[in-house]
Amino acid sequence: MNNRTLNTEAGIAGGDSAVETPGDPAAPAVPVSRARLGWQSWRGLVYQLAGILVAFLALVIWLRTADLSPIELTTLAPAALWGYTVEHIQLTLLAAVIVLVIAIPLGIALTRRPLRFLTAPVLAIANVGQAAPAIGVVVLLAFWVGFGFWAATLSLVLYAALPVLRNTMVGLQQVDARLIEAGRGMGMSSAAVLFRVELPLAVPVMLSGVRTALVLLVGTAALATFVNGGGLGILIITGVNLSLTPVLVTGALLVALLALLIDWVGRVVEHVARPKGL
Amino acid sequence: MSEFTSSPHAESTSTDDSATPTAITGASILLDHVTKRFPGQTRPAVDGLTMEIPAGKIVMFVGPSGCGKTTTLKMINRLIEPSEGRIVVDGDDVTDMNSDTLRRGIGYVIQAGGLFPHMTVATNIGIVPKMLGWDKARIAARVDELLELVSLDPALYRDRYPKELSGGQQQRVGVARALAADPPILLMDEPFGAVDPITRLRLQDELINIQEELQKTIVCVTHDFDEAVKLGDWIAIFNEGAQLEQYDTPERILGDPANEFVENFIGSGAGLKQLTLTRVADVGLRAAVVGNPGERAADVLARVVEAGHGHAVIIDERRRPLQRLSRRELGRLQVISDIPDPKLPVVGIRATLNDALDTMLVSSAGAALVTGRRDMFKGVVDVQTVMDAITRSQAAAGLDSDQAPVGLNTGLFQAQASAAGSDPSEIEGSGDGAGAVQ
Repeated sequence: MNNRTLNTEAGIAGGDSAVETPGDPAAPAVPVSRARLGWQSWRGLVYQLAGILVAFLALVIWLRTADLSPIELTTLAPAALWGYTVEHIQLTLLAAVIVLVIAIPLGIALTRRPLRFLTAPVLAIANVGQAAPAIGVVVLLAFWVGFGFWAATLSLVLYAALPVLRNTMVGLQQVDARLIEAGRGMGMSSAAVLFRVELPLAVPVMLSGVRTALVLLVGTAALATFVNGGGLGILIITGVNLSLTPVLVTGALLVALLALLIDWVGRVVEHVARPKGL
Repeated sequence: MSEFTSSPHAESTSTDDSATPTAITGASILLDHVTKRFPGQTRPAVDGLTMEIPAGKIVMFVGPSGCGKTTTLKMINRLIEPSEGRIVVDGDDVTDMNSDTLRRGIGYVIQAGGLFPHMTVATNIGIVPKMLGWDKARIAARVDELLELVSLDPALYRDRYPKELSGGQQQRVGVARALAADPPILLMDEPFGAVDPITRLRLQDELINIQEELQKTIVCVTHDFDEAVKLGDWIAIFNEGAQLEQYDTPERILGDPANEFVENFIGSGAGLKQLTLTRVADVGLRAAVVGNPGERAADVLARVVEAGHGHAVIIDERRRPLQRLSRRELGRLQVISDIPDPKLPVVGIRATLNDALDTMLVSSAGAALVTGRRDMFKGVVDVQTVMDAITRSQAAAGLDSDQAPVGLNTGLFQAQASAAGSDPSEIEGSGDGAGAVQ
């Protein structure tokens, strides 16, 4: 997963420089290439959003036209669906906020000089932790802290903190050490170097970690229903247990579309927040 | 050995040296018995170094990699804190001063400029002034002024990001950024190591021009001895543990290397390298008989014979040289044409004697035409002129220079007292001994 996020990052960066590094550019060439670059990088995002909308419309049309049993109709009533979705998003966002508040400062702290010796071990643990199956984490934690919304949230936080923590650390680590030295050499305090040099340069990698975490959260939040946490997972479980295929399919599709939508939002944020000049 | 004989003089004259000229904006630096030990290393990276860096001069640190020259440089702005010893800038002990405050008063240039990629050229240059609390208008004016200084058009480059600049341009912005708050001292860590040779030569020339204007104290680390000879007022040659092998002018290092280590470091062709120290402008140019296109060749020939010269130089109406004609060629011609000779051996007046000699050899003319501003013909430099310059610089190198700044390692104090004039190996030995005792 780590590789994937980093590769995506490198891919984007590589594309940028290929488009926007004119040999010894005359001044007018720069704005033109910037404008072109703008459309090219937005194009993928537009396609992704269009794809999500088309799939959603298809789902709606199918639900309207399909021959559904009364149970299916009750379960799939728009109001009920909306309620599950809101629950799902609440779970996801709450967990995400907690993750950001914990993992980013922790990631920063672990790359500072006094704690730097911890960087490698923590990264190793984060990688191992990522391999643990989500369902295991959810259920085990539920046995420990009890069932319900908060148990679900806690396990989601634990699970999603790892990519954010790791990408924060990797993002900060990959900042060219010579730039940090240049900053210190100019008389910037270590805090100034962190906020004005290191963090801005780490933003692309950090945001892609956040996006990964959000997508993970949307998927994992479907498991929250096992511990009475609510969310769209209920549709999938009901669908499986009662052999209601339309319910199962609707639940799965909604989770997938929500994940894609969150991924899209994340990409837009990444695109807007990416420091210019990178 | 010259460092021993010259250092007592230097001590007495150094204070005057920093006080006399008015244009100097640089500050003197004194490294006083500075030692740096890194944890886990038996030998200190810098061993009891005492070194004076005169105000307004360019001092080049050269030496093999790992010799401690970069460590020494970074101890001046305390990016590396010295384990022992004091750093004195302009008479003030800065060893215990707040290091961030200290560094805001010292420009720092690293390889490839070290520009922050997410900031525009203007923001990069404005970092230190902003930290010092300048207002926006003043910073903007300063940015433009500095871009002009490093030969970049402000309107074109101010708002660019570093990746939109070539390597040489980035390096220029790096220098501009270091000069932003007008610091008296500029530290450069292999500044031109990452650019191609042609750009490097141009940047070196520009640094010389900037220095003529600003008179900062510049300390520059390089592994390129030729760069040191070209840029340095003084060159410090370091051996392992920042042992100063020789600290002297380029002329004297080339003409009178202190020991075998320095000789080896200079490498072959010391005589030729000396030629890079003198510029054509500094040697006496010979006058030439000039003629214009359209003149009768016989008239020009008559003037050449009268002056006792072998050649005439044909110049156009703006005094740019077109041709160089021998007596025989003049004898064959009727009227002098205005067709320029593409193989004319021409050098600029700011060129080094090395360039001039090269031009002569390539064109096999035995002389080169010197041009000044707007390519106007100034005179002729020939092989004899170059030979005279070599003889003179060798004679000068033989003399002791009184103004050489102090530079020595702690262990050498005893060596100097007990065995003045002993051979280098003995001095080295006692230096190591002192290092081990500490």
